[in-house]
Amino acid sequence: MEKETFRYDNSIVRKFAFATMAFGIIGMLVGLTAALQMVDPWFNFLTPYLTFGRIRPLHTNAVIFAFVGNGIFMGVYYSLQRLLKTRMWSDALSNINFWGWQLIILSAVVTLPLGITTGKEYAELEWWIDICIALIWVVFGLNMFMTILKRRERHLYVAIWFYIATFVTVAMLHIVNSFELPVSFFKSYSWYAGVQDALVQWWYGHNAVAFFLTTPYLGLMYYFIPKASNRPVYSYRLSIVHFWALIFIYIWAGPHHLLYTALPDWAQNLGVVFSFMLIAPSWGGMLNGLLTLRGAWDRVRESAVLKFMVVAVTCYGMSTFEGPMMSLKNVNAISHFTDWTIAHVHIGGLGWNGFMTFGILYYLIPKLWNTKMYSDKLSDFHFWIGTLGIILYALPMYWAGFTQSLMWKEFTAEGFLAYPNFLETVTQLKPMYAARAFGGGIYIIGVIAMLYNLIMTMKQGTFQPEEEASAAPLTNDYTAHKGEGWHRAIERRPIQMLVFSLVAVAIGGAIEIIPTMLIDSNIPTIASVKPYTPLELEGRDIYIREGCYNCHSQMIRPFRSETERYGEYSKAGEFVYDHPFQWGSKRTGPDLHRIGAKYSDSWHYNHMWDPASMSPGTIMPSYPWLFDSELSTDLTAGKIRAMQTLGVPYEEGYDQLAVEDLNAQAQQIADNLKKDGIEVLPQTEIVALIAYLQRLGTDIKVKDAQAAMVNQ
Amino acid sequence: MLKFVKHHMETIMGIEIFPIISFIIFFTFFIVVLGYLVVQRTSYFDKMSLMPLDDNQASTNKL
Repeated sequence: MEKETFRYDNSIVRKFAFATMAFGIIGMLVGLTAALQMVDPWFNFLTPYLTFGRIRPLHTNAVIFAFVGNGIFMGVYYSLQRLLKTRMWSDALSNINFWGWQLIILSAVVTLPLGITTGKEYAELEWWIDICIALIWVVFGLNMFMTILKRRERHLYVAIWFYIATFVTVAMLHIVNSFELPVSFFKSYSWYAGVQDALVQWWYGHNAVAFFLTTPYLGLMYYFIPKASNRPVYSYRLSIVHFWALIFIYIWAGPHHLLYTALPDWAQNLGVVFSFMLIAPSWGGMLNGLLTLRGAWDRVRESAVLKFMVVAVTCYGMSTFEGPMMSLKNVNAISHFTDWTIAHVHIGGLGWNGFMTFGILYYLIPKLWNTKMYSDKLSDFHFWIGTLGIILYALPMYWAGFTQSLMWKEFTAEGFLAYPNFLETVTQLKPMYAARAFGGGIYIIGVIAMLYNLIMTMKQGTFQPEEEASAAPLTNDYTAHKGEGWHRAIERRPIQMLVFSLVAVAIGGAIEIIPTMLIDSNIPTIASVKPYTPLELEGRDIYIREGCYNCHSQMIRPFRSETERYGEYSKAGEFVYDHPFQWGSKRTGPDLHRIGAKYSDSWHYNHMWDPASMSPGTIMPSYPWLFDSELSTDLTAGKIRAMQTLGVPYEEGYDQLAVEDLNAQAQQIADNLKKDGIEVLPQTEIVALIAYLQRLGTDIKVKDAQAAMVNQ
Repeated sequence: MLKFVKHHMETIMGIEIFPIISFIIFFTFFIVVLGYLVVQRTSYFDKMSLMPLDDNQASTNKL
């Protein structure tokens, strides 16, 4: 068969490489700013746009979708062409993928600091950005599939299975979780409420980790480690088990983010069992990566690329052992809501994703520029300071996590909470937060060294926009081998690979989510739980805008240490009107589910103005802008109508009365504050926020009060 | 503890079927894949795993 000559497109790889580097440093610097604010809120420079609640989502979105996202595209566009022996199907689609993705990132960079958010972790972007993400993702998928169809290599290498599974699962997760009802261009409400929203969100959130931070990077691991060490993968057989077991099991594990919450028990237990089983495929993959280097460990000493990859895979092994452990209910009781989780994700983020990306960059840049690394010493420096950075980041956070948990749960001999004031547990952690910021800081120094090194490498070389290669085209006269198994057959049938992957991930999703959606008895209703008043609804939207959920949970677990501290544990039925749910995932501050009616209006007023005046030593920032911004009621009627569409039982035509009710309630709060000597215009945002905070968790207290009256 | 679980389960008719279905689906699937892989020839896997190493030569066209 005559060989055909063709050219690999390196330009698109270069574009994504630049974007990876740029957003890596930006995302990490935003993270550092957030870390410094945990030491002293002064680091938000007293502007609303940089407060922790707004830039923490910016940090997570930037490092996940901008840094790692561009890293995925960089690695996939490079390896896919070479594994399929063909150029990408369409340069135009490659470029639409690139510019579209950067535009999405830009929208995130603009909207998140402005407080335009859906309030769902890792899915904060508003509805129109969600639509753009879906479209660009389809462009990526289409380009990938058309490239696969015109390939010159008959079988699809294991890396490509991971890319296919990534494409199809991320599409499914993103679309299902992003169902939201727009109220305006900048505001939408999640289609789901309360427990259902939580389940869908964490099914998405966990699998964003699985199918955005893990499967594509495993694909890259299967390509770049053999490439960099010039040895085939340790066991191709193992990679098949690894692939199917991993994607099949991962999808079930989401509920482990919701243990001891109001999620039905059967769903929690299902999540635990599958999370625990995840150790097997994860470690299978890790060992497969590490053992590829068997007999070649001497090369690791020489090559910065391999060093980074070895630590990356090791960190993957550590966090995939830790993850299933944290999913056990008894361990989760300790770890959940604490900084342990933050340590855990950063082993994965800084170690696995970060170091793997750096390894790939160190591999690709000299190749694409046809030169050697500018300075091997500097790469080595990056490796060591980066590793040290990970350790210095993680250790203080583990320490902080355990400290928090122990202090939250400690009782005195008399049976009272040993640290009844939550603040004591916060001030205790400040040195750990400072150490964490230091660890993160030196990790970033390493990244800056890398950027310098890579730029100098580019300068000394010449970029090769295209690379010539040749291979024979596929012929139609192929006959399958006798007795070949089904898997061997689908290895050359990409569409079947896609369908099987989709089936594997859809089964778990369906069994988990459909019963929760369909069976009413999963969420016992509570008669006294009523929809929010218009003012409370507006206040809730301010709570979401300011990202309060980034530090405060609204989910009291049924532990004595929590019911003593916060009050009655949270019931599923209390959240039926919460679009979106605001359970949160970490408690830098105390839980707020029963904050309603606990303090006076004036306490909240003073606390939001200057938290330190009410809680000396607190790290909560002040929110002075809430006191002079007028509450806009332009959307109030629309919001009520949206809620009605979503099934919240406001009376027919209530949207027309809403603003009137809102003003009356605001006036009442203003009058209340006046009694304490505080003059405030009823139409300010702080009044709405106080209304919401005072409502939180009080619905079941209403019932108690009524019951008490009946008993009298 | 068990009482709490039982109580929760009672509210959903036939709930025990879900974990059982999940387990059966997964376990069968896992055994099928394992069994299949055990009987496959090693030489085939070896050839497959060479795919990334040469950018200039398709290696699986005749396989």
